[in-house]
Amino acid sequence: MTVATDDLEALLDRASSGVAFDGLRIDETDDGYSLEAGENRWPGLDEAALGRALESSDEYVTNWRYWQETVGGEGTARRAFLRWCERAPLADAEDAADAEATVDAPLAVPERYDALRDGIDREWGQLSITARFVDIDDPDGERVYDLWHVDDADSDLADLEVYDEPRDAREIATHDDDGRYRPLKTAPTLPAGWAFTGLSGDDLVDAIGFFYPATIANWHRERRGALDVDHWLETAERQTGIYDVIDELPREAVEWMAEACCVDSQCLRRREWEYEDGDELDADGGDGPFPCREPCSLVIAAARKWAILESEEERTYELELTTSERNQLEELIDAVAEGRVDEIREADVNDGANRYRARYLRAKRFGEEGLEATPVDE
Amino acid sequence: MQALVIAAHGSHLNPDASDPTYAHADTIRETGAFDEVREAFWKEEPHFREVIRTLESDEVFVVPLFISEGYFTEQIIPRELRLEDWDPDRWESDGTSASQATLEAEDVGKTIHYCGPVGTHDAMTDVIIQRAETATENPDVGEGVGLSVVGHGTDRNENSAKAIEYHSDRIAERDRFDEVKALFMDEEPEVDDVTDYFESDDIVVVPLFIADGYHTQEDIPEDMGLTEDYRLGWDVPSEVDGHRIWYTGAVGTEDLLADVLLERAADAGADIGDAREAVRELAASVAETGADSGPEPNAGAGAGD
Repeated sequence: MTVATDDLEALLDRASSGVAFDGLRIDETDDGYSLEAGENRWPGLDEAALGRALESSDEYVTNWRYWQETVGGEGTARRAFLRWCERAPLADAEDAADAEATVDAPLAVPERYDALRDGIDREWGQLSITARFVDIDDPDGERVYDLWHVDDADSDLADLEVYDEPRDAREIATHDDDGRYRPLKTAPTLPAGWAFTGLSGDDLVDAIGFFYPATIANWHRERRGALDVDHWLETAERQTGIYDVIDELPREAVEWMAEACCVDSQCLRRREWEYEDGDELDADGGDGPFPCREPCSLVIAAARKWAILESEEERTYELELTTSERNQLEELIDAVAEGRVDEIREADVNDGANRYRARYLRAKRFGEEGLEATPVDE
Repeated sequence: MQALVIAAHGSHLNPDASDPTYAHADTIRETGAFDEVREAFWKEEPHFREVIRTLESDEVFVVPLFISEGYFTEQIIPRELRLEDWDPDRWESDGTSASQATLEAEDVGKTIHYCGPVGTHDAMTDVIIQRAETATENPDVGEGVGLSVVGHGTDRNENSAKAIEYHSDRIAERDRFDEVKALFMDEEPEVDDVTDYFESDDIVVVPLFIADGYHTQEDIPEDMGLTEDYRLGWDVPSEVDGHRIWYTGAVGTEDLLADVLLERAADAGADIGDAREAVRELAASVAETGADSGPEPNAGAGAGD
């Protein structure tokens, strides 16, 4: 490992005003400089001796340089996220550290430097991030980041499409594996088969921003206890124009909506918004990694539809069905709701949502106007 | 540090709706004029609601990638950005003259320079003309040619038509084209009867829309009689009632639009160095090679879902 001369010069420049970062501490006292690097302490150093002592503490010096000079951005979400990527202690982590203490305990500089030689892996939704040294044999503290789909963790890089421009993440995230447009970026449908390698910290943060917009900013706010949640009612009441109607959606329908849209199978965000402050929804908010701080635009658009539909009166209909046909309706709705229509085999007529079964039911029970059901409450 | 936010509509249904936003954002990124450039959407992510918090810059210039002043620029965007003390009067606009207002964003404590939309900026006139040049592959197009600027038009918002008429008038004043006419989809005079309004044999039709989608790639070509069915496509030019119609597709996809975004930000005090020159050179070189010319017929819903 090497400590560049300009690293030392930069540190010595700052020594007189004090340095305290990640286990490295330099103070100017009456009898010269004092240096701490992890467990080691050197009191009463003159400038030359300080230089020599720093050279023997190269990991602390290059770590200081990477974070203070290359990354910078004290207090920013970007910096906190990059620190999280390599399991570095986070300035705001006093409370949050407990949750991570078992598997993800922060690493001190020597342990982190060992781990960065092999690469430190983190998951961010469906993304897998590896932080590593640029130069593994002779690390100078400079980190780079690799990014791919969690499903590709064991794939050979040669089998993946390799990118280095963060903006390419936009294209990758636009369609799912079936070629359908993904308007919800946090839907758990990100296609695999690609990799970004050797990204700078800034480029990594940009790429994440294109895959999962605003997740880093909201994660950072949540860690600091500063996540600003807008609950359903205040979001709904804010709407105007064609969305003005959504605050009329009955409370129980908001429950159904949350159950339909805001669950782990549909979105990687964890719903933090409730019906209103002090009035929690029964629907589970999910275990997603990213906090969801207010109903998204898809939920707002769907809510408009449901607000209009829920304004209709209920009626009673009479229709003729066998017990199996009634059960088949359940299976049909369930298959569509779970998105498993495409998985039903052509000849699997035991599945109520099989296409031939559905066509048979339609042929038997539909008249020219569709389902033959008679209103009985007129 | 200064950031540029391009605020656009986006779509839940059509991924192409955001293409111009991304393209112009990338062009401006390349100039390096801003420390951060961010796309933000009403229907996509990052949403208007969350975009400002993704920025590190304290000075943020927000330019709406919309054609007209109206509901989105006066109500939706400022509300969703949480711009404290916003009032449409801050723009002191007659419907086409909004420049900028400086406000605070409540949730992040940053200074926001909220600009008027790209569609009503004077520089948009040049983009419309450039569009005519690109479509006809003739940098001197004008003599013997009629130009129609086409807008959506709606009874619900008088500003919608104002933007179209504003640029039509400005182009007419330049005496470059033999005739200039503002036409509309949903109000009189209608684009359906485009040939009734021109004596010139050649008519260039430029829709003042941000993205190509349902209106520009289905409605308008069929309404004008360029094609029976948009799925079959159409020629540029197409023969209609003895006229040749040079239909250009949405003006918002023209490379020079990045220049209008920059001008909006510069008018609001952004330091953009020589970025405008860089963008103009780029747009001119693309126009010359014709790399971008000719609209591709394209199915799908427009930005209005």
